Amino acid sequence: MAQHTDRRYEEDLARLRQLVLEMGGLVESQIADSVRALASNDAALARSTIERDHEVNRYDVEIDEECLRLLALHQPAARDLRLITTGLKITTDLERIGDLAVNVCERVVERSGKGQEVRIDLPRMADMARGMLRESLDAFVREDAELALKVCRDDDAIDALHGAMFREVIGWMGADPGAVVDGTGQIFVSKYLERIADHATNIAEMVVFMVKGKSIRHLSVPTTI
Amino acid sequence: MDAGAEATPVKVSARDLDVFYGATQALHGITLDARANRVTALIGPSGCGKSTFLRSINRMNDLIAGMRRQGTILLDGRDIHDPDVDVVDLRRRVGMVFQRSNPFPKSIYENVAYGPRIHGVSDRTTLDEIVRTTLEQAALWDEVKDRLGASALSLSGGQQQRLCIARALAVEPEVLLMDEPASALDPLATARIEELIHELKERYTILIVTHNMQQAARVSDTTAYFYMGRLVEMGPTAQIFTNPSKQETEDYITGRFG
Repeated sequence: MAQHTDRRYEEDLARLRQLVLEMGGLVESQIADSVRALASNDAALARSTIERDHEVNRYDVEIDEECLRLLALHQPAARDLRLITTGLKITTDLERIGDLAVNVCERVVERSGKGQEVRIDLPRMADMARGMLRESLDAFVREDAELALKVCRDDDAIDALHGAMFREVIGWMGADPGAVVDGTGQIFVSKYLERIADHATNIAEMVVFMVKGKSIRHLSVPTTI
Repeated sequence: MDAGAEATPVKVSARDLDVFYGATQALHGITLDARANRVTALIGPSGCGKSTFLRSINRMNDLIAGMRRQGTILLDGRDIHDPDVDVVDLRRRVGMVFQRSNPFPKSIYENVAYGPRIHGVSDRTTLDEIVRTTLEQAALWDEVKDRLGASALSLSGGQQQRLCIARALAVEPEVLLMDEPASALDPLATARIEELIHELKERYTILIVTHNMQQAARVSDTTAYFYMGRLVEMGPTAQIFTNPSKQETEDYITGRFG
């Protein structure tokens, strides 16, 4: 694609992409740390992860400001307009994902020192959710609508996994009333991870819009675009 | 969905229009429909042919020595180059507003009454009525009603341009061609002209040439992108500015041109 006549504009757009990626990378590591803290029952790691959420929030504000500045100064059109509006929406989803990672950590801190045992495969679910987030951001930076569609399709698997875990936890809570507190906490975490995947899906849908100019939100996922 | 999306009858229709200035071909096979009561914006870099196209619609280019044309332009389905078409009547039906306001060095009243007079209106009451209604349509009446006898040149630039629009409207045209009508005006005067364009499209078919892409986006229903004498892409304005189908259009409207 041709470069902008206005070099500074070109640089500003490149910087916006960079900021979104940095924020995405940070949020990914927040998810990883939160689930590691959960699996190892590590309250210190959970607390430091909660602490780092303010960095995620700072990116949220900075990217918003950058997008508003670009809109006001350059009156962007077409693909540039779609990039900037996508940037605005993606950061909202990333910020929520960051909050969900904090929620996971809060469950760890609540149960710290109580010897909680994670009996369902939350780390696998977390890996899936992180994978979806990573792929949605890869699709963003590579402007790859097909990869974004794959992320949308993957959401069904994580929904199914959440359903299976829910039933499993209900099963062992029924057998052992002493496990209700841990079990409820783990159902919450499973739900947080399922929500993270939903936000990754939102990002992927926005990427499809950014690349193709067509909204696929609130529709069944097309096989190709 | 905005009103601009509904199809209205085709008012102006160019078919395979070629225009040459001497050996230079300025337009290559332009086929374009402008619909009634809609604003069609013509955009593109300097020298792309958009003004030539605009000036073809009321045969202003006929006045240029060495101009040659192939193809047709239809107004209400009728070829404007038919031998029995009266060019003066064509230019009454297809009015024009230029980049620089060019009022006659006469009174405000006389500027507006001039056209109707040469088309045979002489009754003073009728002229008074035409002057008032057209100045109202051009959103200028309230500002000048107490000084209709004052020189048109005493008006501000924005007022002069609205006077020129009133002058074009006074002969009851059907189509209004606007060649960068706001490029010499400040933002406030520009906003007034744009607001006026919105009001005028209820009665007229408007084609506007503009270098200001935000203006095209704001005022038009349909946008046509010209480049090097060719019509590259034409479509609903909202679509052209959010998701054009041609890379060339995309590059131009996003500032990646040149």
